[in-house]
Amino acid sequence: MNVPSMLKVQRLTKTYPTAAGPLTVLHEVAFDLAAGATLAIVGPSGSGKTTLLGLCAGLDRPSTGEVILAGESIGALSEDARALVRNRHVGFVFQNFQLIPTLTALENVLVPVELRGEGGAAAEAEARGLLARVGLGERCDHYPVQLSGGEQQRVALARAFMNRPKILFCDEPTGNLDGDTAHAMVELIFGLNREKQTTLVLVTHDLELAARCQRVIRLRSGAVVSDEKTVVTEGTER
Amino acid sequence: MSFILKMAWRDSRASRRRLVLFSFSVVLGIAALVAIGSLGANLERAIDDQAKGLLGADLVLSGRAPLSDAAQRQVAAVGGERAAEISFSSMMSFPAAKDLTRLVNVRAVEGRFPFYGDFVTVPADAPARLRAGGNVVIVEETLLRQFDTPVGGTVRLGATTFTVVGALQKYPGESSALSATIAPRALIPQAALAATGLAERNVLIRHRTMLRLPAGTEPWLVERELRAALRGEGVGFETVAERRRNLGRALENVENFLGLVGFIALFLGAIGVASAIHVYVRQKIATVAVLRCLGASARQSFAVYLVQGLAIGLIGAALGALLGLGVAFAMPRLLADVLPFQVDFFVSWPAVARGMGAGLVISLLFTLLPLLAVRRVSPLVALRSAAADEGSGRDPWRIAIGVFIAVAVAGFAIWQTGKVRDGLGFAAVLAAGFGILALVAKFTAWAARRWLPRGWPYVVRQGIANLHRPNNRTVLLLLSLGLGTFLILTLLLTRSTLLKEIEFSGGGGRPNLLLFDIQDDQVEGLVQTLTAAGAPLLVQAPIVTMKIATVKGRPVEELIRRTRAAGEGRDAEKGRRGDTVKETDAKKGPAGDRLPGWTLRREYRSTYRAALTNTERLVSGKFTGEVAPGEAVIPISIEEGLFKEMGLALGDEMEWDVQGVLLRTRIGSVRAVEWRRLEPNFFVVFPLGVLEPAPKFHVAAVRADDSAHSARVQRAVVAAYPNVTAIDLALVLETVDGIFSKVALVIGLMSAFTVVTGLIVLAGAVLTGRFQRLRETVLLRTLGATRRQLLQIQVVEYAILGALAAVVGGGLALAGNALLAHFVFRITPAVPGLLLAASIVAVSLVTVLTGLLTSRGVTNHPPLEVLRQET
Repeated sequence: MNVPSMLKVQRLTKTYPTAAGPLTVLHEVAFDLAAGATLAIVGPSGSGKTTLLGLCAGLDRPSTGEVILAGESIGALSEDARALVRNRHVGFVFQNFQLIPTLTALENVLVPVELRGEGGAAAEAEARGLLARVGLGERCDHYPVQLSGGEQQRVALARAFMNRPKILFCDEPTGNLDGDTAHAMVELIFGLNREKQTTLVLVTHDLELAARCQRVIRLRSGAVVSDEKTVVTEGTER
Repeated sequence: MSFILKMAWRDSRASRRRLVLFSFSVVLGIAALVAIGSLGANLERAIDDQAKGLLGADLVLSGRAPLSDAAQRQVAAVGGERAAEISFSSMMSFPAAKDLTRLVNVRAVEGRFPFYGDFVTVPADAPARLRAGGNVVIVEETLLRQFDTPVGGTVRLGATTFTVVGALQKYPGESSALSATIAPRALIPQAALAATGLAERNVLIRHRTMLRLPAGTEPWLVERELRAALRGEGVGFETVAERRRNLGRALENVENFLGLVGFIALFLGAIGVASAIHVYVRQKIATVAVLRCLGASARQSFAVYLVQGLAIGLIGAALGALLGLGVAFAMPRLLADVLPFQVDFFVSWPAVARGMGAGLVISLLFTLLPLLAVRRVSPLVALRSAAADEGSGRDPWRIAIGVFIAVAVAGFAIWQTGKVRDGLGFAAVLAAGFGILALVAKFTAWAARRWLPRGWPYVVRQGIANLHRPNNRTVLLLLSLGLGTFLILTLLLTRSTLLKEIEFSGGGGRPNLLLFDIQDDQVEGLVQTLTAAGAPLLVQAPIVTMKIATVKGRPVEELIRRTRAAGEGRDAEKGRRGDTVKETDAKKGPAGDRLPGWTLRREYRSTYRAALTNTERLVSGKFTGEVAPGEAVIPISIEEGLFKEMGLALGDEMEWDVQGVLLRTRIGSVRAVEWRRLEPNFFVVFPLGVLEPAPKFHVAAVRADDSAHSARVQRAVVAAYPNVTAIDLALVLETVDGIFSKVALVIGLMSAFTVVTGLIVLAGAVLTGRFQRLRETVLLRTLGATRRQLLQIQVVEYAILGALAAVVGGGLALAGNALLAHFVFRITPAVPGLLLAASIVAVSLVTVLTGLLTSRGVTNHPPLEVLRQET
């Protein structure tokens, strides 16, 4: 059976103007990711990983090239139209959690659906369920500042799944966490991803984490140096 | 929508106290507008309710001469009831106070006036005793108190001793406090006037006839008939409607002026809100970026913060309205003495709505400017905070809102002043102040970056570097502090300019005691009396009263008719447009057919002499000191201002009616006159050889060493020549100071609103800065900086900002004061160095103190707590 494409990137280039002339941080990157697949983007600092993630998620516009997300070319869309695409199809997990400090854990999780005007009792029950799923059922009314780093990242994960995204973008999701917490977080990401049948794009330095994805793209100086399918280790993906 | 409201509410959780603090910035401005608007509405209603009492009669006729027999008959034919009054200024002496003298306004009354309104005396039966006749007097209560004279005591006017039968508290249509300050009143029966010997020798007498018309008679109809019948008699008319209009107009002017002062407070507050929101928005960028990542549109994110901005405006407007109503409630009580009628408080909802509306619009416009940044926050910031600075390009909305603010400010100023030119002038001065401060701020930040000496101590360098580093508040603080300093200092400087001017006019050996009403036959004796009293005569001038008969061959009646017709035409047009009628006198083109009414109607008191005095300067033409007898056309010298107002040219002919004798003259020269000196100055000066035979009186000016000497001189003069009236500089100062102290309450209150607003803005700016700086202070502490070093860094930063704001604001205030002095008051501006220096030091100190007070706690915050925080 032919699996449809969830994310298609074609000849993607990003250049920034600087005082010393244009600076190309991403050069002619191309790949195609099937729905439900998992992809890790790895590379040293400054290789363009985060820029690529931002472009794929529609957070920025490419200088040239095209990004087709869930069948929709997002490069030409206005910022507000891209926001709509993100709200419909995309979930995010950031390295520094990015919870809204003035909202409780529950309210943070509810934001994506409330933005669509779909709040209410059912949404709240679902959000509570997600928080329970990440082990924070008792912490719904806590503010980010009252939570540890690992707990904040779990709230962020619950929020990322709240709008039932087709694709989840994670930017160094364990970068700010200690070993045990990071391990638990990874299990949650892959577990939820499998449960919700979401496509996963993960930016990381951690090669062990990258190895858990079905495919790994290596970047160096803004260009793809390798694009490999991995053999997912038995037992690691439960 | 529900998401926006919900998010706005939730997002404000951590900062509600701060948001309410932001709203305080506009509270006082809105309170000022609401208070002034409400007071205006209360006054208007009071004027309407007590209209008849304002005049005390249905119609009042007044003139310099008594009504002729024919005129008396015409007036009698109208019917109703009549009363008459002869008033003039004279010296009253008080035996109870060692014969000290004081200039009073004598009213010799006849009949049952006032017909309407309150005539309040202590005891209450004094008016009846006055009407019963005899040598009795009702004297202004404050004057009796001042000269230790009780009811039942005696005072002297001219040759007569009067028994005081009552203390005057209230007279219809007149402000007790102002009358008591400027010209305290003394009412005597008209029958007792002749014996005083004052009336026949006084040329500044004013005759009034007051009418109570028969029921059903329209005052304006009677006025029209009598005007036509008494043309040429030099009679002025006043009806209740006219008095009401004049009073309304005067109060409207005051209301407009105070409105502008209130608006300054609002403007300053709005800048405060804008600067606070600017910082607030910067702190919210991460949240906005996350919202954008999660799918919020630019409009949604913007709306979340717009709702918060609106809430700030609404809270400010509601608190301001409450405070404003409180002030409006208290004002009629505080001003009871100054106002010529009783004012009862009521809530004027239109005034409340206007004040709140203006406040809301201005604060919202100023809030929009920094809020626009929210629309341009990139979701990429969630991934990389550096992306926050990548938003580039001009935002057309910013320019549009900037223009809108300028239009709103100018529009409000025009609405308040009622004049496009004045409104635009006010807005331009504000804009210039704004622009200069912004430029200075930018320059300061640039200079701090460029010229910071590396050898200076670390804390000084760090403090100065705070002026230019990212997220600095140099521009915002300089704007709010500098503008506040500018406005407050301008008020203070203007006051000292006015007072200094009066003091100066009597300084340096110049005359400080003016004597007038001196008759021809009294001059010689008076000179001896003055010399004996140790105050030799410095200046003496004969005065001949006259009126204009023709200008360039056109009879004055014709010119007045044209002026009135032009004025009425405009009034009618204004009435159709629904505007307030503000000025009926024509404005004054040099065309000559629409001359200002006052120049045509007034009684000129002219002099004659051979040369210019030291208070005059020849501007053009040739001053003629003497003419041969029988000269057909007399060359006269005219004062520069009048010359311009009347649109005259050298050589133009004017004919003068010198107490019945017509005199042809031509303009031979134009003089600039230094009016501010307490010396006899004149619009028109004749050469010798013309006016000598005319009926005349004299004025003289002398210099007294001190107030005791001045009192001695006055006592000696009044004892010898009871008809001679004296005004000394101390009295003028006392009068001006009296008026100042009466209105100081209101102006002081408005200034206080501005001052306190400035302080709130400062505290708000420093507080918002506190949140901004907390993190870096903590980092410095983490890296080993001591509390003392951190404090020193803050002191350096705030001291530089405070001193700069004070110096620039002070410079602007000096310029503003100079402009006001030159264009409005036409005097030399005072530069009180001590006041300026004290203000600069005070503003710097207050800045440092407020800065340190509001940032206290920053230096001893546990670093870990801050480092863990998301904001």
